[in-house]
Amino acid sequence: MGFFQDLLHTSRVKSPWLIHFDCGSCNGCDIEVLACLTPVYDVERFGILNIGNPKHADILVVSGTVNPRNAKALKNIYDQMPDPKAVIAIGACGTSGGVFREAYNVLGGIDKVIPVDVYVPGCPSKPEAIIDGVVLALEKLKKRRPEKDTEPLVADLKKAREFYENREDRQVTR
Amino acid sequence: MDFKTISFVILAIILAPLAGGLLAGIDRRLTAWFQGRFGPPILQPFYDVIKLLGKEPQVVNYWQIFCVHMYLVASILCVALFAMQADLLMIFFVMTIGAVFMVVGALAVPSPYSQLGAQRELIQMLTYEPLLIIVFVGIYFVTGSFKIDAILDYERPIFLMLPLLYLVLTFALTIKLRKSPFDISASHHAHQELVRGVLTEYSGPYLAILEIAHWYDIVLILAICSLFWSTSWIGLVILLAVTYMAEIIIDNVTPRMTWKWMLTYVWAVGISLSFFNMALLYAKSF
Repeated sequence: MGFFQDLLHTSRVKSPWLIHFDCGSCNGCDIEVLACLTPVYDVERFGILNIGNPKHADILVVSGTVNPRNAKALKNIYDQMPDPKAVIAIGACGTSGGVFREAYNVLGGIDKVIPVDVYVPGCPSKPEAIIDGVVLALEKLKKRRPEKDTEPLVADLKKAREFYENREDRQVTR
Repeated sequence: MDFKTISFVILAIILAPLAGGLLAGIDRRLTAWFQGRFGPPILQPFYDVIKLLGKEPQVVNYWQIFCVHMYLVASILCVALFAMQADLLMIFFVMTIGAVFMVVGALAVPSPYSQLGAQRELIQMLTYEPLLIIVFVGIYFVTGSFKIDAILDYERPIFLMLPLLYLVLTFALTIKLRKSPFDISASHHAHQELVRGVLTEYSGPYLAILEIAHWYDIVLILAICSLFWSTSWIGLVILLAVTYMAEIIIDNVTPRMTWKWMLTYVWAVGISLSFFNMALLYAKSF
């Protein structure tokens, strides 16, 4: 069993797929995240891919402050990611709310809504710092086990079906 | 079935995913090199798949689980049939069943990305399947049989008789490999159009199974390519290497196209190329 466990842990560290969510950032940090993919930094050499789909991703990279509107979207994306997963907050805004922390519509940093594993400071964060943050997150992700689901899969599927069938009640525009 | 055939089949089933994964790794490394990057390690696809296998299983409905496993079984069966030197048409039909099940799994969920990806995947199948049949018929005209053992017995490389049909086969190879310009339903290399289309709603271990089945598919299509120079090992290796290198280069220099362009271009070029090749064959025999 030890061999397979080690293999799984190595694979997790060697193949982190990121999903990047802009939670109301000024795009400064977003550009730095995308800069990591360019030939200068080339994060694909560590197996890191920028994936557009939360269902395939392992690490959620969030930049910007949270407000009551996008908090729902952020929570939704976090919930769609299968375990084990990690969250990285990027930039002054993502970590604490930054200069906007006292604005009337700002809740604060990402950790007000979802649990954050790594905080990467900077305004904007440097690509090197972001890559360092991913490495730190991987250390935490490595030994993390998927949380034991107390509900059986059947109950989950039933709930999902009901949720889908009632979709018209939740629609705002008709 | 004798002992030799059974051992061939078992070897093929074990080695095919390893070869497919290695090929995918080399592919990613070469692509990175073309783009002036360093690129991931050669074993990267295996790390990806093992990681995905260790993730929490998350499905929208039961159909996804069923369809994923049917796709894997069909792909393994195709490779096994090839190792048994069975009928090319039989392999083709089994391959189609697998592809259809993947699309059904994607259609079984209400997500628009998945639905759109599935529709596009169906159009891709519509594009390459007639061409594959034409290629098999061309092989039949030359060797007089659809059976792989009879094709292997043919004394000359059939590439010399069917050079244009080989080009037609590479269209199917490009579509099956999910490479540009035909990667409209889902693509590799972290392209994000359609949020990975037909693969959107598959996650964790099920995505890993799809990836393994995809490796089997790649190996199968390359094995069909290898029939074209089955007389010598050197010729076979050179043919496959040149073909795959051309695929990677085309992937890097072409943009993604629309489905209309794909359908009209591939059918027009593919069918006319096959027509010329058949005409050449008849001209030679008279």
